[in-house]
Amino acid sequence: MSDKQETSGSKGRGALSLQSIFRRPDAGAAAGFFVILVFFGYFGAENNFLTALGTSTWLNFASKVGIVAIPVGFLMIAGEMDISIGALIPAGGIVLAMAVNQFGMNFWLACALSLGIAGAIGAINGFLVTRSKVPSLIVTLATLFVVAGLNSYVSKQLAGTTQHSLQDVGPVSEFVLGDYHTLAFGAEGAQIVLFQSLQSSFFIWIAFAVVCFFILHMSPWGNWIIAMGGDQQSARNAGIPTGPLKIVLFVLSAMAAALVGISEAVLANTASTTTQFGMIFNSIICVVVGGVLLTGGFGTVTGIVFGTLTFGIVFQGINFTTFDKDLNLLFIGALLLIAVLMNETFRRMATNWSATKKS
Amino acid sequence: MSDKAPILALRGVNKSFGPIDVLHDINIEVRAGEVLCLLGDNGAGKSTLIKLMSGVHQPTSGKIEMDGAVVALPTPRAASEKGIATVHQFGGTFPLMSIGRSFFVGVEPTKGWGPFKVYDRKTANEIAVKAVQDFGITRIDDGDRLVGGLSGGERQSLAIARAVHFGARVLILDEPTAALGVKQAAHVLRIVNEAKRRGLAVIFITHQVMHAMAVGDHFAVLIRGAIAADFKKGERTREEITDLMAGGETMAGLEASIEGYMADHAGHPPPAV
Repeated sequence: MSDKQETSGSKGRGALSLQSIFRRPDAGAAAGFFVILVFFGYFGAENNFLTALGTSTWLNFASKVGIVAIPVGFLMIAGEMDISIGALIPAGGIVLAMAVNQFGMNFWLACALSLGIAGAIGAINGFLVTRSKVPSLIVTLATLFVVAGLNSYVSKQLAGTTQHSLQDVGPVSEFVLGDYHTLAFGAEGAQIVLFQSLQSSFFIWIAFAVVCFFILHMSPWGNWIIAMGGDQQSARNAGIPTGPLKIVLFVLSAMAAALVGISEAVLANTASTTTQFGMIFNSIICVVVGGVLLTGGFGTVTGIVFGTLTFGIVFQGINFTTFDKDLNLLFIGALLLIAVLMNETFRRMATNWSATKKS
Repeated sequence: MSDKAPILALRGVNKSFGPIDVLHDINIEVRAGEVLCLLGDNGAGKSTLIKLMSGVHQPTSGKIEMDGAVVALPTPRAASEKGIATVHQFGGTFPLMSIGRSFFVGVEPTKGWGPFKVYDRKTANEIAVKAVQDFGITRIDDGDRLVGGLSGGERQSLAIARAVHFGARVLILDEPTAALGVKQAAHVLRIVNEAKRRGLAVIFITHQVMHAMAVGDHFAVLIRGAIAADFKKGERTREEITDLMAGGETMAGLEASIEGYMADHAGHPPPAV
């Protein structure tokens, strides 16, 4: 009798916790992050992985991917893809540099111009996808190469070079967009270092993530994005303006990419037309590791942020360990595979819930 | 009942896509508290007819009337604002959204002001669960559960409850029982009766004659884009209707024997000989 009660009790608890995990799959992304953090913390401790400076190494890397990953994640939740960001990142930098150098434009105006051009390209992406019904992977693959070609051509025509320098943009703009920040308390020698050499892009990323969290999880628009990815026809029938909403999402991802380009250009004092193919894959990996379903209809901003952090550690952390550097990509591949399998399991279990729960 | 003016009526409606005529001279009407069953085989034009009534397509010629006045339904949103709600085969719901969220898609309840309007999860869940339970689906008691975890019948019921909650007067059900088992289908048919009892006009699209006869007051059979027969409850037998739909004697006999077998054997089809 007492045995029976005990088993039924534990069953109930088990079902409850299982169900709550289904509802919070970003908890999985967070758990993965802490496992990876402990792993590299242990193997990289001797090489200062856990110090403020060591942490900045992967946070700085993660922040740039992260700024792009969130809007790319939004698109993936809405059932679309954007790979044109690979060309829009350099475009953001060189438009800024050329506007300042060749046309003597005010720095902030040049930033706005750069974001505006990127936004226009994003709008074209969105327009082509919503009008033609061609998969967004192909549409943005095409714009990736179109923009990459324009980057080099326009750059050579206007400035005669593919490498632009961007000097002396002023202390405020550097502080906001591209500088190294350190915050420490206490006297010399016994300092408590909060962070050291953290780039501006990290703070931009966090602020952006907070805004995006609000949009996706708290405002009604987030519901529309998720509904659109879940079932576009039903979403349209429910009165959601799927076309315009999609275009807005493409504009957002394009502008985020340009913002990364601007930030990089200000930080490095130079802008190059080199297409960043790596960023395309990196952002997609971050999104998937963060628990967003490739088929759309599900995802969280916290998940994407944790996915990006995990990716940052795996990508940079290996430099702090004694492992062979060549294993880096192998780790990332394994990470991605595990994440995809977990996401798929989640989706299956979530949609088969009634089959396992007999009342 | 029939002396009331029809809520929704199609008068001489034609629809063609380019040179292809899909619907010719469709005349149907449906009144409050009445179930109109639209029967037809695949390709008879049922989907196009639904799309005309739900604002997805525009008729090439002819009129759509509501409460006796001609209306235009340029968009699905316009149709739903006029009280025409369409529920599709798979419930038109989102597998990985919670019940509360999917219930309020497009019309989310919010609290707060200006740009800081926040989706009100608690209110949404409460209203959604109550609306579904009022339809007799007491198994749904948690608005945070994912829609994907519901059975097919429960999803249909959720979608119908949603439509009724948002003030639908005309409910268009597109093959609601097609993908369901016998028990689940019976469940949905009960919900249809409940909607009818509440005074909604229901247009029930199906190719399962048994299901149509269980709830229908009025029947229209669609063949190759035209209304081939139009009759009231009890005016035709099931065999006659099946025969009309399939356009052949043998089909009727075959379908009747299979359905009889299925009813006796818990929904299993007869074994292949």
